Order: sequence, then structure tokens, then C-alpha cells
Amino acid sequence: MRAAVVMFPGSNREGDAVRALRAAGIEAATVWHGDHELPAGTDLAVLPGGFSYGDYLRCGAIAGRSPIMDAVRAHAGRGGLVLGICNGFQILVESGLLPGVLMRNADLRFVCHMQHLRVQRADTPFTTSYREGEAIEVAIAHGEGNYTADAETLARIEGEGLVAFRYCDAAGVVKSNLSPNGSMNEIAGVYSSNFRVLGLMPHPENLIDPLVGGTDGLKLFESLAESLATA
Amino acid sequence: MKARITVTLKTGILDPQGKAIEGALRSLAVPGIDSVRQGKVFDIDLAATDPAEAERTLKEACEKLLANTVVENYRVELL
Repeated sequence: MRAAVVMFPGSNREGDAVRALRAAGIEAATVWHGDHELPAGTDLAVLPGGFSYGDYLRCGAIAGRSPIMDAVRAHAGRGGLVLGICNGFQILVESGLLPGVLMRNADLRFVCHMQHLRVQRADTPFTTSYREGEAIEVAIAHGEGNYTADAETLARIEGEGLVAFRYCDAAGVVKSNLSPNGSMNEIAGVYSSNFRVLGLMPHPENLIDPLVGGTDGLKLFESLAESLATA
Repeated sequence: MKARITVTLKTGILDPQGKAIEGALRSLAVPGIDSVRQGKVFDIDLAATDPAEAERTLKEACEKLLANTVVENYRVELL
């Protein structure tokens, strides 16, 4: 499997993303936002975390309209895999690849701590190494992660089972008002309708090594490696 | 030609920044403030001289970039 990690001006987690992909046996290279094509043979496009364009205008708004995003949209249109983490999730909603929008955290605070997530389903290319309903512990670090969508969109997301992860407690229990940022329905990550595009605010790429806090994030990348090996 | 675009959050969308400003005004004892919603203003110089053409250009700018119409409304004024 080959992954292309897209670097925007202001991306700062591309190294972490590349390290996590390689740890799972995925070949990873970085590409520049001004490029018009993904490298030939790209199976997975990754939009890493950071502060693209200084979060000017709206988080992810300018990056979402950069030349490489036309290539990422075309890749997604062909059924290619796309993963957006944190700022990458913001870019995916701004570029129209995922529904909804990420607003300023409800209490206005930048949140930066370890957080439990409930894995909503274990049958997607991103989650086969997890168990459905499992609580995993990963890091979050964002100021604009408050997932918001209109009532109709939210009903569609829930109806089609497109919620990937929800904020939960250590036992995996999801309670209202438990989200660290005010997200509707405690949504931490969502899929596209074909489950080939995933955006999430938390940072699984930072939890791949027991020396630095745990390995709950590695399974996401192992799932991706496996999904392509068996495809 | 000059124009001003105002982008505001749609009714019903939580505006934590507006709420914080509202609270700050209250703590400064500025009287009679019921609520505050924060938005953005863009002052734009255009090459267009025809108002209809300018409106079309500015609407395109709003739809493509300046507003996220999932949660924001925009208003175009030619000055």
C-alpha cells in the first residue's frame, strides 16, 4: 500500500503521520499542496494535522481549495482512501468531501489531553483491527473541533451509520455533554457515504509507541494496511 | 468599484465567541446589551464597473471561499 501525505503551509504533523504509516508497513511519501497530481499508485491520501494557512479565514478553508485538493477529490471519486486528522478533518469538511463543519470549541478553550473514543464500527477500511464498541485512548489537541451539522445532515449521518468515533469515558460509555469541545452527538470523526474517506479530530498517529503513551492509534494504520492487502 | 461583504453565522448556530464578547460587555457594565453575534467583514476593490457584474463576481467569491454556507450567511453591498 502507498500513502501520500499532503503538506500544506502550516502543516506540522506530517512527520508523525509518515511515522505511523511506516510503523504499519505502509509506504509513505509527502507531497506539496501546490502539486496537481498525487503520485502514481497512491492508495491512500492523508491530510495531516497542523494549522494550514495559519487557520486564516476559517480552519482548513484555504487549504481545502488548494490545487492538490482537486487531485484528492478525484482520488476519492475513484473510491480511493482518504484520511484527514485534526486540521486534515477541517480541510475535508471545507473541501466538501465530508459533511458538516468544525466550529470553535464550545468553551473557547484549546483542548490538549488524552481522550477516550468509542469505535462505532469495526467493518471499515480504517477500523478492522478494532472491536466495535471498544474504547481507545488517543490524544486530542485542537481549538476548533466542535462538530456541527444541520438537523437534516445529522440525521443522515446517524441514519447511514457514518459516525466513526464518539468521545466517551474510559468504559466506552457515551454520554451527552461528555465531548471536550461541544460536538453534536459527541462526534469525534465521520465517514463519507462509501466509508472510504475518514476525518477525525483526535490524533491516532501519536499513539503508536508504548514509550510515548500507548499504541491504541496504531491499529487504525494497521487496519488500512490490511484492507489493502486483502483488497 | 468598492464593495463590502459581511459574513455572519446563521440563526441557531452556537457562536461561542459572540457569547464571550457578550459576557465581557456585561462585565464592563455596558448597559442594554441583549446579545452579541460575531461575524466578518471583507472590504474589496474590484476591477468591474458594471454593478450587476460586480455582484456576480462577489457572490462567486462568497460561495467559493469567503463564507461556509453550511453555517454562514453573507451579504454583499456595493459602496
